[in-house]
Amino acid sequence: MNYSTITLTVNDLVETVDVPQNMTLLQMIREKLSLTGTKNGCSAGECGACTVLMNGEPVNSCMVLAAECDGAVITTVEGLAKGGKLTQLQEAIIKSGGVQCGFCTPGMLISATALLKRNPHPTDVEIREAIVGNLCRCTGYVRIVDAIKQTSK
Amino acid sequence: MINPHPGLPELQYVKPTTLAEASKFLAEHEGVARPYAGGTDNFVRLRDGVLKLDYLVDVKGLEGVNELSFDPKKGLTIGAAVTMNKVATNADVLKHYPNLAQAAQSVASYQLRNRATIIGNICNASPAGDTIGTCMILGGVLKVHGIDGFRDVPLSSFFLAPGRTVLKTGDVVTALHLPLPPKGFIGTYKKLGRNAIGDLSIVGVAVLGYPLKESPSGFQFRVALASVAPVPFEALKTEAVLSEKKISDDVIARAAEVAMESVTPIDDVRGSARYRKYMVRNLTREAITEVWKKLSK
Repeated sequence: MNYSTITLTVNDLVETVDVPQNMTLLQMIREKLSLTGTKNGCSAGECGACTVLMNGEPVNSCMVLAAECDGAVITTVEGLAKGGKLTQLQEAIIKSGGVQCGFCTPGMLISATALLKRNPHPTDVEIREAIVGNLCRCTGYVRIVDAIKQTSK
Repeated sequence: MINPHPGLPELQYVKPTTLAEASKFLAEHEGVARPYAGGTDNFVRLRDGVLKLDYLVDVKGLEGVNELSFDPKKGLTIGAAVTMNKVATNADVLKHYPNLAQAAQSVASYQLRNRATIIGNICNASPAGDTIGTCMILGGVLKVHGIDGFRDVPLSSFFLAPGRTVLKTGDVVTALHLPLPPKGFIGTYKKLGRNAIGDLSIVGVAVLGYPLKESPSGFQFRVALASVAPVPFEALKTEAVLSEKKISDDVIARAAEVAMESVTPIDDVRGSARYRKYMVRNLTREAITEVWKKLSK
């Protein structure tokens, strides 16, 4: 197994990591950096539980090789709240009841954070389109969409 | 096959710096190396075990692959590594090829479109490829670099069978070129999935139409169908129906029937062959009607 040494920024911290070349970004985040907020759901790029921001854009981290992330800037769910203060979106999703088992939540927050950055006042349709790649088995999505809508006001 | 394993099989990651290096490496490792851009199809196959590779050859840094540019005299160039999101939101694409933006937008999810590429969609050669039909009817030509250098391959002669194309060992597709679209054209892409957005297509219908004086009907239509045949294909018989005489609702209905008769879908997890045939008819009728209404204004 060949290894690559990569240097990348994760949640504002510069990390240098040796990764097997077949390791995904998701595995690296969880196993090498102990950032276990990001989850593995389907391993196929369909459920979005593994969503992180890579260079500002949401990607399914189970579908990215760690070895190709040299120089990348990654934000995981752990990097959203600065100094321990939850973001407006995080407060809203708790308040709206949009968290049940919480498994989809990290990915949802990343997708929604990116949405609100590129489209601060999305319509309901735009919200639902933006989170189409984040599957939730518990909530039925309504309260999650409400939380995003609340935050966009 | 549902067997979610987070890891990929053992493989090496290689990042060549030039096309010559890439083609040489691919040729020297025939059958065990593949070009890697977004990887959104390859990763699934690797994990399922249906694809076995020793090397993923990252093409995202090679010459020309990140280009996305429009030349008002020549048309649109989409580099091999340009993501679907970039294409779907590009101002020139939205202005000059809005149906391509629509087709790209219909793929999967926002996260996936940040990695998936149009060229990857084409090279994967799935009969269900959402962007393939639109690229075909827009007259797309692929720029391919191989061990003998560059060559052009029109999409109309690119596909051989599901997952099989005319690409040879050592080939790296560097870009897709779309010529200037026909003047006054209107296009649309209608996709049927098991849900409103996000699914693979059960049936996909790409239609474009434009005024053409030489045509008996006054118009030329181009129709491409996805998920209903071994490869995405241009439905020439359907197009002929829309050329032979003045277009009316009856002519459109006849064209839709011809489309239904021309397809050979299969039963799979997303739908039965019978259902797909009827849906091809209905979606073709809807798509042509929509384009026709806009053209007639």
